[in-house]
Amino acid sequence: MSLIDPGDDGRFGEFGGRFVPETLIPACYELEAAFKEAWADDGFRRELDDLLRDYAGRPSPVTECHRLSDELGLRLLLKREDLNHTGSHKINNVLGQALLAKRMGKTRLVAETGAGQHGVATATAAALLGLDCIVYMGEVDMKRQELNVFRMRLLGSEVRPAASGSRTLKDAVNEALRHWVAAVEDTHYCLGSVMGPHPYPWMVRELHRVIGTEARAQCEALLGEGRVPDVVTACVGGGSNAMGIFSGFADTSAELVGVEPAGGAAVGHGIPGVVHGMKSFLTQDEWGQVTEAESISAGLDYPGVGPEHSFLASTGRARYEQVTDPEVVDAFQLLSRTEGIIPALESAHALAWVSRDRGALAGKTVLLNLSGRGDKDVAQMMDLLG
Amino acid sequence: MSDGAWGPLESHLRARRDAGAKLLVPYITGGLGEDWLDTVRAAAEAGADAIEIGIPFSDPVMDGPVIQEASDRALGTGATPQSILDELREADAGVPLVVMTYYNICFRMGHRRFAAALKAAGVAAAILPDLPLDEVRPWAESADHVGVETVLLAAPTAPDERLPRICERARGFVYAVGLLGVTGERDQLAASATVIAGRLKAVTDKPVLIGVGVSNAEQAVEASRVADGVIIGTSVVRRMLEGAGPVGVGAFVAEVREALDG
Repeated sequence: MSLIDPGDDGRFGEFGGRFVPETLIPACYELEAAFKEAWADDGFRRELDDLLRDYAGRPSPVTECHRLSDELGLRLLLKREDLNHTGSHKINNVLGQALLAKRMGKTRLVAETGAGQHGVATATAAALLGLDCIVYMGEVDMKRQELNVFRMRLLGSEVRPAASGSRTLKDAVNEALRHWVAAVEDTHYCLGSVMGPHPYPWMVRELHRVIGTEARAQCEALLGEGRVPDVVTACVGGGSNAMGIFSGFADTSAELVGVEPAGGAAVGHGIPGVVHGMKSFLTQDEWGQVTEAESISAGLDYPGVGPEHSFLASTGRARYEQVTDPEVVDAFQLLSRTEGIIPALESAHALAWVSRDRGALAGKTVLLNLSGRGDKDVAQMMDLLG
Repeated sequence: MSDGAWGPLESHLRARRDAGAKLLVPYITGGLGEDWLDTVRAAAEAGADAIEIGIPFSDPVMDGPVIQEASDRALGTGATPQSILDELREADAGVPLVVMTYYNICFRMGHRRFAAALKAAGVAAAILPDLPLDEVRPWAESADHVGVETVLLAAPTAPDERLPRICERARGFVYAVGLLGVTGERDQLAASATVIAGRLKAVTDKPVLIGVGVSNAEQAVEASRVADGVIIGTSVVRRMLEGAGPVGVGAFVAEVREALDG
């Protein structure tokens, strides 16, 4: 089964839609039309492909983990999105959106960020293409990721604290939406995941499709023609890196597994809700108040999930596992020690699941999307591990 | 539509307008302070034509810092949608009540249950600012079914073709969003306020009220030169947060009323 494209109502099954204030509705339609037109334009695709190759460093390799595979009793392959420029998969999406913003005549980008990876990527694309950029970041996250705050400022962006609510990613999204409501005429909201109102969940997936397309070919080269991994896995907050790699394998026999933090398991709780422009699974109380996620990784500290993940969970095409912070810290150290790769805490979630379920995965080939590198988390881990 | 087809809110607002009045709808955050219900009554006595009651939501994306803080405070003291509606049942304000909340509150309870809960609490209408025309139908049909009116917002960014469709689906009144931005006090009424109101008045005879960025009596008068009236939110809620109480809020509403009656 291939992934579906949402129709005019922006739905993946019952999930998705455009639940935003009236003020933003025309901008959503304008963006959808502009993206469709650009995505069908060879010139735009060529320009983006050139940037992905010559600026971001694509294709990213697939690395076979020999030592860790032996230790876990399975065959582990990593798709190395950590080796992209700016250190994560986020660059794929922002280069596409920034090019699109310019094409639409917008002069400024606004973005939200959790761990700072999307903020840094957006600030980078803005610097490259000569756009102004404002990034909202939760106050709590600004403290735990102060190096990324400095990076964004160095890149010429303004970083504004989101001081409301839980002061993390959810609130940064709220502030970015509020900003966009006021500045919609000249500003493009460069949303960082497969979430928000239509067309974002679909557009951001398409911009990350390159991960899955490359990985499919790379796996065939390693495993033999027509062969695919038994399992394809990735961490899921909003879920963009997971949709990117899933897109290359949705029409194969590979099992798709998303890994959520136990403290922000939107799919795991399985209650649909509506926030940030979309209908999707959402952690919330009995009255519909959104509950605050609590995860060691700022990038997954989010109570919702992209609507297509809710759809894939409801159809059973993908399944979603939850891991705890201590399991993630162990996985963070495990990959560092056995393979010489320090993963982002976000990506370490996927490895935490593989490690925990290695019994069930024994002998299988597992492709894990290593969505980002861990440099940004080293200071936090130093405090924790001493 | 005949008179009988209008709900109680729209009938009331049309009658007031047709009698020559400019309409005044203050916004009060439900559950904010122990005397919030007294504040509702005081606003009604001071000349409000209807009162908007905010049911606080954890993530109010159309609201600025003042209403965010009010929402946080109310939630922090344990206010829930049901506790607010239970209290409203006893309000006896003498003017129509309109609930303003975000869609997830309604979605979580279920459309039919939420509509029935509003009706049971004596609420005439609902405003859900993150439920635009494109997504409103399932809720609006449940609301229609029990006779709860669904007010729709119209924004300055809307293309011309969209406005008649919004007005057609709106019940009670049409909420003209006065500016590009979230709720909050501004020094001046934005030029966009009377522009969107004028565009709406050209395509509907439903009452058109300007909200978002209408901050004081002077701005209310200016807005009402084109619109049928105004919604005043943040200026009211700020006074509640500052401890003005029912008396202080009543005095402010009376001041705006007097200016509108000129």
